[in-house]
Amino acid sequence: MQLTLWTYEGPPHIGAMRVCSAMDKVHYVLHAPQGDTYADLLFTMIERRDTRPPVTYTTFQARDLGSDTAELFKNAAKQACERFKPDALVVGASCTAELIQDDPGGLAHALGLDIPVIPLELPAYQRKENWGASETFYQITRALAKPVEKRAHPRPLCNILGPTSLGFRHRDDLIEIRNLLNQIGVDVNVVAPLSATPADIARLGEADFNVVMYREVAGQAASWLQRAFGQKSTRTIPIGVGATRAFIQEVGELAGLDVSHILAGSKGRMPWYSRSVDSTYLTGKRVFIFGDATHAVAIADVAAKELGFKIVGLGTYSREFAREIRASAETYGVEPLISDDYLDVEAAIAESGAELVLGTQMERHIAKRLRVPCAVISAPVHVQDFPARYSPQMGFEGANVLFDTLVHPLMMGLEEHLLGMFRGDHEFRDGAAPSHLGGGDAPVQTPEPIVTVDQTASLAWSLDAEKELRKIPFFVRSKARRNTERFATERGLARIDVETLYDAKAHFGR
Amino acid sequence: MSLPLGACATSPQLDIRQERGQREVFCGLTGIVWLHRKIQDAFFLVVGSRTCAHLIQSAAGVMIFAEPRFATAIIDERDLAGLADLDDELDGVVTRLIARRPDIKLLFLVGSCPSEVIKLDLSRAAQRLSQRMRPAVRVLSYSGSGIETTFTQGEDACLAALVPQSPLQLATQEPSLLIVGALADVVEDQFRRLLSVMGIKHIDFLPARHAADMPAIGPQTKFLLAQPFLTDTARALEARGAQHLPALFPLGEEGTTAWLWAAAQAFGIPRATFDAVTASSRERAKQSLSLHREQLAGKRIFFFPDSQLEVPLARFLSRELGMELTEVGTPYLHRRHLADELAHLPQDVTLVEGQDVDAQLDRCRAQKPDLSVCGLGLANPLEAEGLATKWSIELVFTPVQGYEQTGDLAELFARPLRRRELLEV
Repeated sequence: MQLTLWTYEGPPHIGAMRVCSAMDKVHYVLHAPQGDTYADLLFTMIERRDTRPPVTYTTFQARDLGSDTAELFKNAAKQACERFKPDALVVGASCTAELIQDDPGGLAHALGLDIPVIPLELPAYQRKENWGASETFYQITRALAKPVEKRAHPRPLCNILGPTSLGFRHRDDLIEIRNLLNQIGVDVNVVAPLSATPADIARLGEADFNVVMYREVAGQAASWLQRAFGQKSTRTIPIGVGATRAFIQEVGELAGLDVSHILAGSKGRMPWYSRSVDSTYLTGKRVFIFGDATHAVAIADVAAKELGFKIVGLGTYSREFAREIRASAETYGVEPLISDDYLDVEAAIAESGAELVLGTQMERHIAKRLRVPCAVISAPVHVQDFPARYSPQMGFEGANVLFDTLVHPLMMGLEEHLLGMFRGDHEFRDGAAPSHLGGGDAPVQTPEPIVTVDQTASLAWSLDAEKELRKIPFFVRSKARRNTERFATERGLARIDVETLYDAKAHFGR
Repeated sequence: MSLPLGACATSPQLDIRQERGQREVFCGLTGIVWLHRKIQDAFFLVVGSRTCAHLIQSAAGVMIFAEPRFATAIIDERDLAGLADLDDELDGVVTRLIARRPDIKLLFLVGSCPSEVIKLDLSRAAQRLSQRMRPAVRVLSYSGSGIETTFTQGEDACLAALVPQSPLQLATQEPSLLIVGALADVVEDQFRRLLSVMGIKHIDFLPARHAADMPAIGPQTKFLLAQPFLTDTARALEARGAQHLPALFPLGEEGTTAWLWAAAQAFGIPRATFDAVTASSRERAKQSLSLHREQLAGKRIFFFPDSQLEVPLARFLSRELGMELTEVGTPYLHRRHLADELAHLPQDVTLVEGQDVDAQLDRCRAQKPDLSVCGLGLANPLEAEGLATKWSIELVFTPVQGYEQTGDLAELFARPLRRRELLEV
């Protein structure tokens, strides 16, 4: 039993819904109790979907448990097929129905439907949403993709795999990827799951290779396609300028095309914006990154290599992709955080002394409480993560968007300098938010006591040193305190004065 | 299938159709979203699955509260396989929780679909934990599971669990008025003011704002239901000897007046006093409605089942704003508590208890109402089909009861229509 305040991922059947809702002419019959229909509002409200998700729930109640829930399921499946006339039926159970063991797959087969039936086994008490999405897409692909003869095609042909409903910027990333592929000279055979029909899945084998946009959803299906049809897959996630260029290179190799003219072309505005002198203040900004593995790893590279930030924390809630995060964290010399416990993440962020958090909607709350600026770079999503404007993360336009997204929450360079210089100014008080973000409304903090009496500590801070410490911006103050105390301990100093504080600052270089 | 309405003697001509099929309603866990704000030192621990945690967080309007007073103890495969002792696991979770939130005085263990199906005895767990942690924390349990409760029934189950724990009222104590059902603080304060000025001395609310302030209940208690979904709570109160005061529900000027008058009568307040105290509020309420009547009169409204507030709302909209009722759907209809409400509905209204959502959507499309009241899963799809909607959840999350909120309540229905007129895109 796990105590959970907030959950990063939904149960696995939500992942299945994200796949089925993305597709056309697929219907999902979910054996589930009354109340599980809440999932519809994720799609209709967060994503502003304008039709109901193609899901029929059996919505059984206590009185049905005494009679025949299996019959209820069969009726629901039969009626759903009559009403919605899908080309393929996906069936499964939510957490409660899993316990009553009605076997939706067997029941649906017994109906003798004239369309393919794809049963899902999604263990709700072990697995979560992304695993459910991956498994669903894999099962649909396995069930429907057929060996096909490759037709002669003037340009190389690929499938784009991974975009789903409720995905973080999937809609816009897809447009960006299509444009890139078109420039390279590759045609798109099928995009899936988003907008694919069962007939489209059947002809996945016609493509020469696969572009995998999100491993969380499409990694497993892509591996199967490689085994079944010998299709190779891209491994680069084109988020950031460098990764986009690497992606172009990789696609060129898979398609056997020369891409040097594209690599010689425009890289978008991001590189120049980042080199522009007013961006100098971004250098070494301490940033904590948390999200799904695809986004966390990619954004860490952008933050470090393309914006000059310092990574002080990197983590993911996707245990399935812990290895990727560990490898990346090692590159940046930080301890990887693999956890789906919101409280652990909060503690790690507080501990890191980050000046900027790049996370999910959960970290936005943590950052708000810690009074650290934050930008959202990954699911779980929120209505604001479906902006009306074109706003991809991938490709060169995605890199432009990332520059804005990652830089705008920060204090502008000159403002930050002035804040550092005149800390006594009542309008520039401690913890004030950037003025362009309406920070004037921020509540006045109760000042922390100048002298903290800690009975257990052997180190004593002089009053002057404590006062001096308070002149350091609040978001790095605890770090400065720790550094100074460490410095003093290492040198056997019992008392910390202003001199010790500055000695430590010189020693640690910050 | 049509069933004659047996219990409602005042309007035997009303037909209530019962429908079964896919229901598009929340489960009772959703009530935690407002109950945890209402009882300020209570914590709600759902014992359930990741789905439960995901539901509350999604229904809670994407996490308004960075540190909420609710959480989920997620059952995992070890628990199900019998590898872990569920009592030990639950004790561990509760210990960690209380260590983190020492300000919590009342802890609800909330049952869910999975905990019901595996027959986890939360009432026994609550007793055990209560004994271990008293007097600092009291532990109660109720079920918010979807197999037993829809949406607002979770509040009913929660309040029903509070009743047996309330202090016993002595027979020698003065008669008291108990107002039952979570109301916005501002609404409570208004009702308390009006009723005190009339001369009712002892007024309590269930739930109280703090765990230690739960009212004494006994044969001297007369209670008004502020919400139409409190079946089990009313039964528990009656078992304590309390007396129910049947009335319209306090929505709209007419409903509020009838509701307050039921209390006034029970406490021997003369009509003249009642009129004198309520006159200016009633006048204001009527005036506030006139602002919206033009927008709403003659417009046709369709209710999908959601909060059980549908019948009182339909009565208010038809009688005070001149709206035309097409179909009024409700997840569950308590014949006795709603007897007055039903008597005030037009005789040709279509009442549907239960739901078959696809069939109901067909009927809604055929009716082409001017406004459809529905849950969030249906609202945008209906809007996209050209049908104006009012999200029903807002009717539960907004102060709408009482005189001073009458205009706000009408405005909630007028706004979608006004917005349609405004927009040129």
